[in-house]
Amino acid sequence: MSAPLVQLTDIRKSYGSATDLEVEVLHGIDLALAPGEFTALIGPSGSGKSTLLNLIGLLEPPSGGSYVLAGRETAKLSENDVTALRATQIGFVFQFHHLLPAFTATENVLMPGLIARGRVTAERREAARELLSDVGLADRLDYLPRKLSGGQQQRVAIARALSLAPPLVLADEPTGNLDTHSADEIFALMRRFNARSGTAFLIVTHDPRLARRCDRIVELVDGGIAGDRPNLASKGDG
Amino acid sequence: MPFEWIVALRFLREGRLQTALIVGGAGAGVAVVLFITALVSGLQANTIKRVLGTQAHIVIRPLEEVARPQREAGAGEVVMPRVEARAQRLRSIDQWQALEPVLDAMPGITAVSPMVSGPAFALRGDASKSIAIFGVDPARYDRIVAVGEKLVGGAFRLGPDDAVIGKELAKDLGLAVGDRFRTLTAETDSPVTQTFVVSGIVDLGVRDLNRRTVYVAFRTAQTLLSLPGGASQIDLKVDDLFGAETIARGLEARTGLTVESWMRTNEQLLAAINAQNVSTGTIRTFVALIVAVGIASVLVVWVVQKRREIGILRAMGASRGSVQRVFLLQGAMVAVAGSLLGSALGSGMIAAFTRIVRNADGTPLFDAIAVPGWLYASAVGGAIVGGIVAAMLPARAAAKLDPAQAIRM
Ligand SMILES: Nc1ncnc2c1ncn2[C@@H]1O[C@H](COP(=O)(O)OP(=O)(O)OP(=O)(O)O)[C@@H](O)[C@H]1O
Ligand SMILES: [Mg+2]
Repeated sequence: MSAPLVQLTDIRKSYGSATDLEVEVLHGIDLALAPGEFTALIGPSGSGKSTLLNLIGLLEPPSGGSYVLAGRETAKLSENDVTALRATQIGFVFQFHHLLPAFTATENVLMPGLIARGRVTAERREAARELLSDVGLADRLDYLPRKLSGGQQQRVAIARALSLAPPLVLADEPTGNLDTHSADEIFALMRRFNARSGTAFLIVTHDPRLARRCDRIVELVDGGIAGDRPNLASKGDG
Repeated sequence: MPFEWIVALRFLREGRLQTALIVGGAGAGVAVVLFITALVSGLQANTIKRVLGTQAHIVIRPLEEVARPQREAGAGEVVMPRVEARAQRLRSIDQWQALEPVLDAMPGITAVSPMVSGPAFALRGDASKSIAIFGVDPARYDRIVAVGEKLVGGAFRLGPDDAVIGKELAKDLGLAVGDRFRTLTAETDSPVTQTFVVSGIVDLGVRDLNRRTVYVAFRTAQTLLSLPGGASQIDLKVDDLFGAETIARGLEARTGLTVESWMRTNEQLLAAINAQNVSTGTIRTFVALIVAVGIASVLVVWVVQKRREIGILRAMGASRGSVQRVFLLQGAMVAVAGSLLGSALGSGMIAAFTRIVRNADGTPLFDAIAVPGWLYASAVGGAIVGGIVAAMLPARAAAKLDPAQAIRM
């Protein structure tokens, strides 16, 4: 097995600063994600799934433990290095699509590149349009998010997460507020990119039907890992 | 365009109403500052121009004769002398002919005009009026006080028997150009009378001056006032109005004569002008403060409203510094737009004011207030700096925002 993309060792997360009010949400998580792995993260509400995703996405630091991303111990990095690492290694897809409402579909997809490189080239614009065509939005390139349906917005979000071709995409309930049909399409889309470019996905979902279509299922209960098993049944799916 | 510019512009466009309000507020502030500054400096320039229309910038006079106690106090002794100030005689400036070319050549001095002046009576028929005789060289004196421009009849021409007199005096004595009158002077033991022809009548703009002023030829005055070859004062004009006092002090030190600038003789006017400057400065400061607080408060609300978007930008790799710059830029952009709007508004107000508000006689109150370019430049520059300063607090709040929290919403 190749070197893991993500290596979590005894990761803890507490909220609240005053010691008596402190609540530990994650109690010592050990988890490794390999490049190209397509993993589901399941568990009851409040079990800490979003918290774990935010930690892996470097949006907040753990309270304890070690997190190595792409071979780098993240605890030792400066604020700016963390930001740069996040920009190059990770794409996000959120439950409520979280597009920038003031920007068109194409501009939303261009945004990570604009942030990373400071400007937009004709080439990047072309790549963004291609990516949007890939997710089936060729005729909605210059629409503002509010003029798109929920499923369409989530497609834009996926295109945006993939726009800098990061090795890992974190998706927090990407199909949470979509109907079954749209959810299936979004899921298929992610599987397609996983197969085509080897992008690893970690997907939080409440839908057991979708979890069963992932290669690996990690279950979180009360801030601890309660189950972690490969899902051989998923092969050939997608 | 860099990322921060694009996002800042787009955020401003997205929040149209807020942008319009904040730009309007900043514009109103800038307009008020411009208007007040232009108005006050216009009024001041007018007042000073009016005051200096009949005054030299600097006047050089002989040293005053000071009475001294007859006996100095010895050691351990207290003397309480009664010293009476001496009545001042009409005297000439020592060596004024030597001083004149020196003054002419001095940088900063634009006109030099020696004068012989003294009291006299003007007589015609039964009427007699107390007057002041000013003996001048018209060509030189005209550059100190533009008598030629103020004539209401005749010409500023001073032959040996010519006199240019104030308009009230002409009325009091029933004189017209070409008429004759006599003067009576008593500088010597026996009074001297001389007959003059009115060659011009002048309106100096001040009633008291119009009632007493009689200009005659320099040499004529020397004879009349028995100061042969002398000059009782030298009038100067300088190019830097407010540098007059400095030049005066320098001249006094160099010549040992009494040198007075207009700033000294019009101390009350200057004090009033200073008080005015302080109060407009205060108004300016407060308006700037109010505008800055306005910009800051709108931006604070903005940051709260944009929490989620800030979180998304951070999640996509935007640094804290980037986010901070977005909001600083918004502050600066809003301020630039506001100050441009304010400049247009302010110059419109000034134009309207000069058109509508007029003197009693219908002439404009100002000779068109020219708003200097630096005033606009400093208004715009100040607004940009103010906008950035105002945006600092909200920008820092935006940068500190926890992206994980913002995205959970
Ligand atoms: N900022 C915070 N301060 C305090 N407690 C928090 C904070 N964020 C999350 N928590 C707590 O951490 C626990 C885990 O929350 P988290 O959002 O990770 O759960 P989740 O598994 O994603 O749930 P869901 O399926 O409902 O999204 C919850 O009990 C929550 O109340
Ligand atoms: Mg969650």
